[in-house]
Amino acid sequence: MPARRARRDLHPGAWWVWALGLAVAATRTYDVLLLGLVIGAASLVVLARRPVAPWAMSFRLYLALGALVVVIRVLFGVLLGGSSTGTVLVDLPQVPLPSWADGVRVLGPITADSLRRSFAAGLQLAALIICVGAANSLANPRRLLKSLPAALYEVGAAVVVAMTLFPQLAESVGRVRRARRLRGDASRNVRALRSIVIPVMEDALDRSMQLAASMDARGYGRKGTADPRARRLTGALLVSGLLGVCVGVYATADLTAPRILAAPMLVVGFAVAGVGFWLSGRKVGHTRYRPDPWRGWEWFTALCGVAVAVAFFADYTLSPVALAGLVVATLPAFVTPEPASPYATLRSSARPRTPEGVAA
Amino acid sequence: MIAIESVTVTYDGAPRPVLRDVDLYVDEGELVVVTGPTGAGKSSLLGLLNGLVPHFTGGHLEGSVTVAGLRTEDHRPRELAATVGWVGQDPLAGFVTDTVEEELAYGMEQLGVDPQAMRRRVEETLDLLGITDLRARSLRSLSGGQQQRVAIGAVLTMHPPVLVLDEPTSALDPTSAEDVLATLARLVHDLGTTVVLAEHRLERVVPFADVLVHVGTDGAVTAGPPARMLATSPIAPPLVELGRLAGWDPLPLTVREARRASRTLRKELAELPAPPRPRFDGFGSVSPRGTDPNPTNRGREAPLLTARGVAVRYGPLHAVRGVDLDLPAGSVTALMGRNGSGKSTLLWALQGSGARHGGDVRVAGEDPARLSRTQARRRIGLVPQTASDLLYLESVTAECAAADAEAGAADGTCNALLARLAGTVDPATNPRDLSEGQKLALVLAVQLTAAPRVMLLDEPTRGLDYAAKDALATILRDLAADGGAVLVATHDVEFVAAVADRAAVMAEGEVIAAGDVREVLATSPAFAPQVTKVLGDPWLTVRDVRTALGESR
Repeated sequence: MPARRARRDLHPGAWWVWALGLAVAATRTYDVLLLGLVIGAASLVVLARRPVAPWAMSFRLYLALGALVVVIRVLFGVLLGGSSTGTVLVDLPQVPLPSWADGVRVLGPITADSLRRSFAAGLQLAALIICVGAANSLANPRRLLKSLPAALYEVGAAVVVAMTLFPQLAESVGRVRRARRLRGDASRNVRALRSIVIPVMEDALDRSMQLAASMDARGYGRKGTADPRARRLTGALLVSGLLGVCVGVYATADLTAPRILAAPMLVVGFAVAGVGFWLSGRKVGHTRYRPDPWRGWEWFTALCGVAVAVAFFADYTLSPVALAGLVVATLPAFVTPEPASPYATLRSSARPRTPEGVAA
Repeated sequence: MIAIESVTVTYDGAPRPVLRDVDLYVDEGELVVVTGPTGAGKSSLLGLLNGLVPHFTGGHLEGSVTVAGLRTEDHRPRELAATVGWVGQDPLAGFVTDTVEEELAYGMEQLGVDPQAMRRRVEETLDLLGITDLRARSLRSLSGGQQQRVAIGAVLTMHPPVLVLDEPTSALDPTSAEDVLATLARLVHDLGTTVVLAEHRLERVVPFADVLVHVGTDGAVTAGPPARMLATSPIAPPLVELGRLAGWDPLPLTVREARRASRTLRKELAELPAPPRPRFDGFGSVSPRGTDPNPTNRGREAPLLTARGVAVRYGPLHAVRGVDLDLPAGSVTALMGRNGSGKSTLLWALQGSGARHGGDVRVAGEDPARLSRTQARRRIGLVPQTASDLLYLESVTAECAAADAEAGAADGTCNALLARLAGTVDPATNPRDLSEGQKLALVLAVQLTAAPRVMLLDEPTRGLDYAAKDALATILRDLAADGGAVLVATHDVEFVAAVADRAAVMAEGEVIAAGDVREVLATSPAFAPQVTKVLGDPWLTVRDVRTALGESR
């Protein structure tokens, strides 16, 4: 290997663009082989570029979830039947339904065709889930929140606080349950539940008050109080913009809707919401400490994602174009810098947190 | 720098003010120590300084508080963030982000500090506090002392001229506490920061203090130079008590001053026998030395609790490795060691409720881990670190009744115990409204209702004032005198000196020193109580000295 590049974590946004590109590609095709390749590409990049961190360990869960989705989709395909054409594999009797359930079939003959179709549909859904899982494993969710537009700062802060408090709550439940055993055998009635819930809630309330006091004392919410008129204006812009986007998305999907509501509405909605974001972002007086930079490799990774989506739009059959797109999508696994998460060193040096360790 | 003028604070629904007619002036660059009984309003006084009282807590404020020219009445805490750095009691509960570096930057992000300046200040603060190697660590993986220093750093990055800390060392082992206090002293001396801190354990902070502020239970506040304040104060660190006993003038505030003043006293004491403390044989491999004028017979019995080779693992981490421990009847044993050395884990393993992966524990011939929980607690009880985890009912009476039922004891057992431990407590009080000392007494009473002969306590002195600690010491001595065995894990050296017969020190999950409390404490610079530092072995407490002198005169 030539001179090692400096390790660094790519901007979380780059990974999200890349993963969404793959996901868009997956929505374009029902070709089982292509879908399998999409999943393979996502897995390859995750294995090569995920950092050693708690959130990166969840990729297996997404794979399992994908498999489950495929199984369920196939089972439903069998249960609710499909077309009656094609080679019949197993001829199950159809359950007779009353007339008001016309159009719904339960069981009935299973054809190779319907099986293949439900498998492909399930695989497509699984590919979407796995793409999102890949983004989640590659990008630190906290860093992503930090990269949100300034207007969403408050939302980001709230989510970060919730992410911090949740493990504490679990820890406090464990501690109280253990303490509960000190008072004798834990019975399993309402009273026992109450003996755990009350101290835990008290603890949680205490912690929240302390956190709130600490945030207040450290200047949280100090800037960003715009005058009411400006606030109303940005609010109105944001809401109407997002409404426009919703209408646009709906019209794009529903082909019977007037075309004027489709692409033009979508564009206008995004524009109005964008202005709202920009206006409210301008009012926020925060600064960012060491924001993730967006440099060449971020552009490269994001473009790889865009490229595969474009390739699938051009041709979504098993063709050289689609395959080339997939090859491009796997490039980040080989050429981007390796991750340099602080958690890599942390995991080997930090002692595991135990209830005692925390208490001590 | 700080001017508090005729301030009275009354919380909503409180019958009387928590602070009454307070006048306090603090100059730039002073280190102010706020002290007083638990629940007397120390935290309220600190909260006044950055406007948390009354903006955050509610309540009514009369008078005016001015900090660096800003009236807190007109400025909310968030606007005072750059003026007053406020660090709450539990640093972990106040952390907003998840890594050290981001936590240091958080306050500056709120202030909208320029990214370049922000970067520079974070680096400077990391250096100032000596936490550079922790920069990328997750906050939850830090030790208590490190967390406290990060919490201080997180407000220092905003360059506040005033720093306010609420009991910054109460959860720390002696060495970490020294580190934090040394950091504060450095801020005062090098940067001219004005520091106001609340503290129960005066012995550690008084040498650094310029002004001592006492908050009384009636809300009255008195302030003055430490030497003058302590001459008459009912609560005083052991050095000052020793000085009063020996009639030294001026009163010594540091061990160095006391050593100089104590030449004649040391000569006098050298000819006197050390006061008796109960001694016992068979503590691990360490045999007590010296002659005991009053060997008690009780200690010759087989120990109430015998532990051999106790081991506890958490994944790859060996939290407790091969600990041998005996708890003889009639003794109080102190368990010491730095934060995270395995003290809590050992207590839980001994009680049988916690995990144990090796070794053997016998309480009266039986392994408590193999008994049912009800059976186990009749033999060995444990008061956990967060004692209030055990309380869940609305009134003291209800808790006591539940305790009687759970332990299968006669009605009123718990109530009688509580009356003995805490005096009269209003039975209708909600346990959450009790003072820390009373809460501890209630939990102890609940656990004692099952009449265990072995009692384990995890950090019971945290947040207790001198009076409450004295009361706890008496309770523990009484338990031992009744033939029980007590093991108390604590960081409080002076408390150990007052209450324990024996001590064990843990490090890295092992017991590294065990034996008579005098041997263990006197030989260690970190754990030696102040009286020992002044007078040398075998003097541990002022009471020892008083008894010896009283007998000779």
